[in-house]
Amino acid sequence: MLEMHQVTKVYRTELVETHALRSLDLQVKAGEFVAVTGPSGSGKTTFLNIAGLLETFTSGTYRLDGEDVSALNDNQRSRLRNQKIGFIFQSFNLIPDLNLFDNAEVPLRYRGMPAAERKRRIDEALARVGLSARAKHYPAELSGGQQQRAAIARALAGEPKLLLADEPTGNLDSQMARGVLEMLEEINRQGATIVMVTHDPELAARAQRNVHIVDGMATDMIVEPTLVEPALVDPAARAAAPI
Amino acid sequence: MLAHYFRLALVSFRRNKVLTALMVLAIALGIGACMTTLTVFHVLSGDPLPGRSATLFHPQMDPQSKTGYTPGEEPPVQLTRFDAETLLREKKGDRQAAMTGGFVSLTPSRPDVDPFMVPARYTSADMFAMFDMPFEFGRSWSAADDEARARVAVISKEMNQRLFSGENSVGRTLRIDRTDFSVIGVLEDWRPMPKFYDIYAQGGYGQPEGVFLPYATAIDLKMSRSGSLDCWGRDPGGDATGPNAPCTWIQYWVQLDSPEKKAAYLQYLANYSDQQRAAGRFERPTNVKLRDVHQWMEFHRLLPGDVTIQMWLALGFLIVCLLNTVGLLLAKFLRRGNEIGVRRALGASRAEIFRQCLVEAGTIGLAGGVLGLLLALGGLWAVRQRPADYASLAHLDGSMLLLTFALALIASLLAGVLPAWRAMQVPPALQLKSQ
Repeated sequence: MLEMHQVTKVYRTELVETHALRSLDLQVKAGEFVAVTGPSGSGKTTFLNIAGLLETFTSGTYRLDGEDVSALNDNQRSRLRNQKIGFIFQSFNLIPDLNLFDNAEVPLRYRGMPAAERKRRIDEALARVGLSARAKHYPAELSGGQQQRAAIARALAGEPKLLLADEPTGNLDSQMARGVLEMLEEINRQGATIVMVTHDPELAARAQRNVHIVDGMATDMIVEPTLVEPALVDPAARAAAPI
Repeated sequence: MLAHYFRLALVSFRRNKVLTALMVLAIALGIGACMTTLTVFHVLSGDPLPGRSATLFHPQMDPQSKTGYTPGEEPPVQLTRFDAETLLREKKGDRQAAMTGGFVSLTPSRPDVDPFMVPARYTSADMFAMFDMPFEFGRSWSAADDEARARVAVISKEMNQRLFSGENSVGRTLRIDRTDFSVIGVLEDWRPMPKFYDIYAQGGYGQPEGVFLPYATAIDLKMSRSGSLDCWGRDPGGDATGPNAPCTWIQYWVQLDSPEKKAAYLQYLANYSDQQRAAGRFERPTNVKLRDVHQWMEFHRLLPGDVTIQMWLALGFLIVCLLNTVGLLLAKFLRRGNEIGVRRALGASRAEIFRQCLVEAGTIGLAGGVLGLLLALGGLWAVRQRPADYASLAHLDGSMLLLTFALALIASLLAGVLPAWRAMQVPPALQLKSQ
């Protein structure tokens, strides 16, 4: 699903050159739940941004779902991001002026999807995170946990192959964090590949695999070798199964 | 997607009411000032005879005495009666008309309407076809009527309304001064702007004539005339409007349908001038001019100078308003860096962000256009209160109405380009993490 080979990222200013990633090698297979950990400033977020095609890298190769993204232009990267990647952010990043339905609709509109199909997918995604009744509510009217579930619904509506989560429970209390994590685990069990950046060792321990980034380089550690059941990789089976 | 962006723009307006109102007001003020002056400019500088102006020419020659002669000076604007009638008789153009203005008294047949004075034009028959004057009833008189000095009249639609309640008055009798005339035609609304054929009447923006009479008939009846009259030397007959009087007072227009005909006519004027000098009537060297309607209007500066200055000032003001709008839009878009970052993360390309911002700018422009239109209508009302000759003409027509919205839209889109460009450059990763 995600293959990075010798990826480097250097930020240059007139005075200083910062190596955020140094020859990073990483492979994430389809259906894996990978936690990326590391101290502050180690390059976790840079890695996630590059993985999510939000930033370009300085050298190396990166293949996403078999496609080399190195030479893609902005339009192509945007299309790929829209079709294959879902994001879950620490601060939810819901658009405050849009209700939950409209928030979830944003990536689907960029995909040029017909209105009926958009509605079907959004209804389904909101149902999966238990927010069907809140479709017309605005983010400010929801609790933090509900906002994060809405952000998950937005990511799920696009049926992405890769879900990138950046400290998804960082802004939540422990009870809400547990709920969100269980939801991510369930999504993963249904076939989605998840890469989650976290500071929290407890959270990381629940992933199948931990990748530790220090000074822009990754060290890999298998937590649990078992992958998801093949039947649940099937999108139809995933859609049918409730979270 | 554009409709969706339009809806998002409205949502954004609701969120930033004050900022949006300031931008709409800035554009509205600029558009209002601009459209007020542009409308006046449009009214005063338009083509008075669309499609015909390029084939209508005003001949000039210099029949004056040698006294006071300066080489290269402009020949008189009008022709002497002798020259005008000679040119008319020789018919070297496709069409030609000699004319002058005057005031006549009308005695209505309706007992409830008192006699009144009305501006009149004494002209030869070709004027109607040459100037493409539309008829509601009847027709113009013919060259034969000119020759016969027929007592016929063409009246304006307004005059027909006043005298005959708008009915078909062809064949009705009209008492003009002390002579009965038969109404032969009634014009539709016709008001070329500026009134290029009579630049001496209120600077070219005078009232349209209510009555048109054959030139020869008016001469025959010695009807009162008005307008400029320039004489030199001594009038042999004592009558400045006599057939041989050394006075210029006849306006003359000729239709020439091709550049070759124009060149030939110019040569004809030069030959005529030479001939008259050989005969001892002209004293000065040949100096002839043949300007078309646009050249004529430009030469006589029929567009008041202050109108042009005001228009440029208003355009400058619009630019200042747009610069303000650019600043406000920049502030608005960049404050939404997080939303832009989210949209980019969810699949929006830079081009999509640019389009969304431009639609928002355009929507502000349309709102500014609506308010600007109201301000322009108020501005034009103020212009109409001024004591200028052209003041009464300051009205917004359909084309200017469309221009108002087009200008508002284009101006706001231009103002939106830089802010939209900056917005699409917002690095999404930085914005998302900074939250």
